[in-house]
Amino acid sequence: MSQSGAEGEKRFVLPASQFQQVFDALKRLGYQIIAPTLLDEAIVYEPVESVDELPAGFTDEQRAGVYRLKRRADKAFFGYAVGPRSWKHYLYPPRQRLWQAKREGNGGFQVIPEQEQIPRYAFVGVRACELAAIAIQDRVFLGEQHCDEYYRRRRENALLVAVNCVYPAGNCFCSSVGTGPRVQEGFDLAITEVLDGKSHFLVIEVGSERGAAVLEGVDVQTATEEQWQQAQQAVDSATRRILKHLDTTDLKELLYRHLDSPHWEAVAKRCLTCSNCTMVCPTCFCHTVEDITNLQGTVAERWRRWDSCFHIDFSYIHGSPVRVSEASRYRQWITHKLASWQDQFGTLGCVGCGRCITWCPVGIDITEEIRALRRSEEGRVAPTVPKEESHANT
Amino acid sequence: MVPRPFRLRQVRRETHDTFTLELEPADGSDSFCFRAGQFNMLYVFGVGEVPISISGNPTNPHVLMHTTREVGTVTKAMGKLRSGDVVGVRGPFGTPWPVEQAEGADVVIVAGGIGLAPLRPALYHLLAHRDRYGKIVLLYGTRTPGDILYRRELQRWRAQFDLDVHITVDRALSGWRGNVGVVTSLIPRAPFDARNTIALVCGPEIMMRFTVLELQRRGVSPSHIYVSLERNMKCGVGMCGHCQLGPFFVCKDGPVFSYNKVQHLLEKREI
Amino acid sequence: MRTLETVLAEHPFFAGLEQRYLQIIVGCASNVVFEKGQIIFREGEEANRFYLIRQGRVALEVHAAGIGTLTIQTLDAGDILGWSWLVPPYRWHFDARAVELTRAIALDGECLRRKCEEDHDLGYELLKRFAEIITQRLQATRLQLLDVYGAEGHISRRGGT
Repeated sequence: MSQSGAEGEKRFVLPASQFQQVFDALKRLGYQIIAPTLLDEAIVYEPVESVDELPAGFTDEQRAGVYRLKRRADKAFFGYAVGPRSWKHYLYPPRQRLWQAKREGNGGFQVIPEQEQIPRYAFVGVRACELAAIAIQDRVFLGEQHCDEYYRRRRENALLVAVNCVYPAGNCFCSSVGTGPRVQEGFDLAITEVLDGKSHFLVIEVGSERGAAVLEGVDVQTATEEQWQQAQQAVDSATRRILKHLDTTDLKELLYRHLDSPHWEAVAKRCLTCSNCTMVCPTCFCHTVEDITNLQGTVAERWRRWDSCFHIDFSYIHGSPVRVSEASRYRQWITHKLASWQDQFGTLGCVGCGRCITWCPVGIDITEEIRALRRSEEGRVAPTVPKEESHANT
Repeated sequence: MVPRPFRLRQVRRETHDTFTLELEPADGSDSFCFRAGQFNMLYVFGVGEVPISISGNPTNPHVLMHTTREVGTVTKAMGKLRSGDVVGVRGPFGTPWPVEQAEGADVVIVAGGIGLAPLRPALYHLLAHRDRYGKIVLLYGTRTPGDILYRRELQRWRAQFDLDVHITVDRALSGWRGNVGVVTSLIPRAPFDARNTIALVCGPEIMMRFTVLELQRRGVSPSHIYVSLERNMKCGVGMCGHCQLGPFFVCKDGPVFSYNKVQHLLEKREI
Repeated sequence: MRTLETVLAEHPFFAGLEQRYLQIIVGCASNVVFEKGQIIFREGEEANRFYLIRQGRVALEVHAAGIGTLTIQTLDAGDILGWSWLVPPYRWHFDARAVELTRAIALDGECLRRKCEEDHDLGYELLKRFAEIITQRLQATRLQLLDVYGAEGHISRRGGT
C-alpha cells in the first residue's frame, strides 16, 4: 500500500510519549473518556482523565476459570486482552431507570419519561471483537421495528477509539469467528501500538470524520510505509498467537441437531448456573424490569436490569419456569449464542472474546463444549455402499 | 416505551377467579386499534406490568377489553381496581390470528379455559364479516361449568344459526346438562370441512398439543392450524429475551404461530 | 322405517364388517328408549350389554361421599356406551343416566361373547373396534387427570402474573 493518496491521509503516527494529547483533545471536544484501568486486580473500563491511568506495563494471563494480572517487561499501554467488563456496561447499563410515575388524585397517575444527562462517551481501547459486539447489540436495540431510545441516545454520541490486539490472551478465539484480532470497521480511530525495544509509537487510522476531528488537535505525523508495515506485522503476530479455535462449520445445524443431546446433562454437572458468562458477555442483552415505589406510594419507578437465561425464574410462566433443569438453561444459552442468534439477527451471538471461559468459576469452555458435541457425532457417519455391491456395479 | 394511561370504565366479574377490564384512553385520544390475537402490557401503578391478551372487539376501538385471571401479584392488584382507576397500557404487540387468510374457508376455533379470551376478538371479526367465511365452529372446554367465561354471550351465540357453539367441561356435578369430557372429544363430530378449514387454537400448551393431534386426525393440515403461545415477557418488543422459543421471540414473532412453524419446538422439553 | 341391520351397517363403529357378522350382531340387538333422568345401568351391576346411542345424551356418573354425584363423561348420538361386558368380571364401573330422552340400540353382551368364542375372527373384529374406543377413553381420561385448566396449570398472558 502506498504512502500517497487517500489511504496515506488516514494513517498517522504519534510517539507514545505524546499519547496524552489524544486524551486532551477528547476532553476539549467534550467527551468523557472511558478507558482500561486497574481496579480490583483486573483491567476494567472506567472513566479516566489521563493516560497515566492506563494499566501500562501490565498484562493478563487468562485460562479457563483463571484471570491473573502480571507485570510486563515494557511499558505498553495496551499489552493485554479484554477484562471482565465490556462496553455494554456504558451503552446498556446494568441498571437503568426507564421512567417514573406520579400518583394523581382520582385513581390516576402521570408517567414522566426519563430525562437523563448522558455523557458523550469516548471509548478508548475498543478491541476488534468488541467493535463486533457493539455492532451485534446495535442490531438488537436499534431494530427497524423497535428502537431502544436509552441505548440509541448513548450509542449515537459515543466515539470509538479502537485498538488492534497485539497480545491476545489464552481464551481469545476471535480469529475463528472472523471478528479479530485486526480492527476492520465501525471505529472512529484505530490505534496500533508498536513497541520494538528501540521505539514506542502509535499508528493511528482514521475511520470517520468525528475521528479526524479529534486528531486535528493532536501533533500527529503521516505514518511512513515502514511504520505502517511495523504495525501490520504486530497484528499479524497476534493472529499467530491465538491458539484457541472454534470450528464454526454448520454450527447452527449442529446445535439444532443436539437439542436432545445427553451432553447437556454432562455440562449441567459442572455448570453452577451462576450467570457470570452472561454478565461478562459483550453481546448478551437479556434484561428484566423492576417496579418500585417510594414509601408513601406516591411515586413509582420502572427500572430495567441485566438478567440471565441461567436464572431459574427467567422463563417463569404462571405456575412454573419453562426451563427448570440446569441442562436446559445451559443449552438455551449456548444454542442462542451460536445458533438461534443467527436466525434472529443474521450473525453469531459470539465474538470470540473468551470472557465466558475466563470468568466461569468452573472453567466451562464454549469451544470445548462444541468440540464435545462434534465428537459425539463421530462414528455416526452416513452409511457407505457395501463393497460387493460396488463391485457388482463395475 | 412508556405506558399510556387508560381509565377503567368497569370491572366485570366473569367467574370466581376471572374478570374483564373495560378501559378507555385517559390521555384525550379516543381510540385504540388492534388486531384480533394481539396483546398489551398492562401496568398497575407501583405493582408491575404483565402481558395480557386483548379480549374485546377489534371493530369497536373505543373500548379496550382485557380478560384475566387472578393468579399473581399484578393480576390480583388488577382485580382490586375500581371504575375510574387508571392503568398503564403498552401495545398492541404481537402477531394476529389469520382472519383475512381464512376467508372462503371454514373456521374452527378451539379454546381451553381462559384461552377463550384471546380468541374472542377473532370471533367478533368473523361474525362482523360473516359472509366471507364458510362454517364457523367454536369448541370450548373448561374445568367445570363454573369456569365458563362470557356465559351470556355464548348463550346468544348458541342461538345463532350461523355459528356452531359446543361447550364441554372436564367435570361436573349432576345438574349440568351439557357435555362432560375433554375439549378434544368435540373435534371428531364438529361440523366443518377438514380439507378447507383454518383452525385457531388457544389454551394450555398441553391442551393445544392434543387438540392439534385430533384436528390432524380429522384431516386438517398443520399449516392451517394456528396456536397462540405463552412465554414470560417483559418488554413486548423482542429485546428482553425472556420469551424466546428457539429462534422466535414469542412477543413479536408470535404469540400466534402457524403450528408447522413451532411443532418441532413444542415437542422438545424445557425449550 | 329403517331396519336394525341398516342402522348398524351405517354406524361407523361397524364400518367394514362382513355381512355375515353383521347378521350375527343384528341377532343380538334390540331398540331401547330411556326417559330423561332414567338410570341405564348402575355401578357394580352385571354388565351384559352395550349401547349404540342414536339420539340423546348419556352421563357417566360416580358418587363420592362429601362431593356428591360427579359426571365424568357424557356420550352423545353416535357414541358407544359400555365396554365392561367384554372384560371379566363383567361389572359396570359407573352409573349411566339418560340426561335427556335417549334412543339406543342395545347389544346383548352375553350373546356376543358366546358368538365370539365360537368364531374368533368375529371376536378379533369386535376387539379391534373396542380397543380403539378404550384407547380414546384412556387418552381423554389422562388429559382430564392433568387438570390443564387448574389454578397451577395455567399461564401468564392469559392468566397473569
